[in-house]
Amino acid sequence: MSTLVDYDDALSRYEPVIGLEVHVELGTASKMFCGCPTTFGGQPNTQVCPVCLGLPGSLPVVNRAAIESTIRMGLALNCDIASWCRFARKNYFYPDMPKDYQISQYDEPLCTDGYLDVSVPTPDGEVQVVRVGIERVHMEEDTGKLTHTGGATGRIHGADYSLVDYNRAGIPLVEIVTKPVTGTGALAPMVARAYVTALRDIMRSLGVSDVRMEEGSLRCDANLSLAPPGEPWGTRTETKNVNSLRSVERSVTFEIRRQAAVLDGGGTITQETRHFHEDDGSTTPGRSKEEAEDYRYFPEPDLLPVAPDPVWVDELRGTLPELPAVRRARLQQEWGISDFDMDSVINAGALGLVETTIAAGADQAAARKWWLGELARTAKERGVDLADLGVTPVQVARVAELVAAGTLNDKLARQVLEGVAAGEGEPDAVIAARGLVLVSDDDALLAALDEAIAANQDAVAKIQEGKVQAAGAIIGAVMKATRGQADAARVRELLLERLGA
Amino acid sequence: MSAITRAEVVHLARLARLDLPDDALTHYAEQLDAILDAVAMVSEVAADDVPATSHPVPLTNVFRDDTNQPCLARAEVLAQAPAAEDGRFRVPRILDDEEPA
Ligand SMILES: [Zn+2]
Repeated sequence: MSTLVDYDDALSRYEPVIGLEVHVELGTASKMFCGCPTTFGGQPNTQVCPVCLGLPGSLPVVNRAAIESTIRMGLALNCDIASWCRFARKNYFYPDMPKDYQISQYDEPLCTDGYLDVSVPTPDGEVQVVRVGIERVHMEEDTGKLTHTGGATGRIHGADYSLVDYNRAGIPLVEIVTKPVTGTGALAPMVARAYVTALRDIMRSLGVSDVRMEEGSLRCDANLSLAPPGEPWGTRTETKNVNSLRSVERSVTFEIRRQAAVLDGGGTITQETRHFHEDDGSTTPGRSKEEAEDYRYFPEPDLLPVAPDPVWVDELRGTLPELPAVRRARLQQEWGISDFDMDSVINAGALGLVETTIAAGADQAAARKWWLGELARTAKERGVDLADLGVTPVQVARVAELVAAGTLNDKLARQVLEGVAAGEGEPDAVIAARGLVLVSDDDALLAALDEAIAANQDAVAKIQEGKVQAAGAIIGAVMKATRGQADAARVRELLLERLGA
Repeated sequence: MSAITRAEVVHLARLARLDLPDDALTHYAEQLDAILDAVAMVSEVAADDVPATSHPVPLTNVFRDDTNQPCLARAEVLAQAPAAEDGRFRVPRILDDEEPA
């Protein structure tokens, strides 16, 4: 177990430098260089062909959609798009690639020199914008999946042998590498997390990947080094396969605390690959990079260069959607709500739902209130995303309209939404079937009111002495008698009239 | 002009996972030397105004549409492998050494 230094102590003596390498599996129908399907979860080795198995005589051909997706990603990340570049062959012996090499890009990446601005909350409640430089965005092919058999824990060490499934081998993979990110101090773990989050949201809005970290379609390696302020950067470690947003933050925090302890003790950091452990948030050493890997990259002879025409690149630029950060800023301004309220909407996964509900006629406050209140609660109970609850923005807008018109009160509206979420049909159908109509007819209300007055003489006496707040008891009794369907505002008016108060 | 050392041959052999007997190292060093000399002759002919080429055909942007093609039958695929298990290729133990402490 590693010795750790208190986080704040570590940051008082050292400046962290972070770097992130993110791999995104593209959501194309076919693989990077062959026509095999890319669907997740198929039976092992059923999505393979001579090309992705590296059988003799087979030749790869580049998937146009994968190139287009990569260029769009590069454009969304403010990169320059190369006018000419090549694939490279990366040679290594490991059974995850049947060819004994991976087709990748080396010194001629398709996209270079971009940036992504990310927002992180500071301890004093402000929001700090950090510009993360993008070094390169390049294309490669994913590897097969190994299962280690025998030994204690299913890990590669101590395994008797391994089993290989090549369904994933050859799926288009895009690697996005940041420039070193400096000057973030104690915010470094948050910046790392915010960057991966922002990247995921951009990929989703571009529609280039389903970016599911739990299924491995977005994977992150986090580099970290420490040095005393003003000193040259220290030796970095690379923590591999950090596969949730929370883990990104935790792994960077752990490495800061661990490396600080090593440096405090006069030791040196070993340049190495480390593995992250979800259970306790620690990292442990993997393969040492002492023996520098020699991949003998050379231009891939089986593939011709890619030379994106500027006209084509401009066409692709025209297909970019409004990017998530821009859209958020626009909607927040349109709705006129605080950063805090906007964060609540985003964190609930309700941004698109609220936007569409407003477009269907609801006002912004009502739209937010129903999605973040009753509906969020129901979704949480059922363990599903809001969007999968089975309630549409148009239905929520209809409920909001009925509340605004005084036909429903909040309590009835909640029951209507509950009915819609339970699959009882459209709001009006639920209202009709459940008899959920606000009683504002004076005769009906007066009958209930008179009974309540007769039963609450104490309250009547207080009201007549001028203690108007005592009206609550009587209104409450009327609401109870009408099972919540009375128009409370009208009941109050009638009560005060009745008592001449 | 070029002079490949025995040590370089040992390194290349390791990268290529070739187990070369000691008495073959000098032999291969001489052969590799001869190959590099031949390549160097090309460099003499090609002046600075001739760009390096990696492909013999002057084509770019050869793409295919993103459509699916039939895959191979798994039984046929695995029948080519030295060993298979549970629908997967079975490969020998990857790491011999124990996990570092
Ligand atoms: Zn294939």
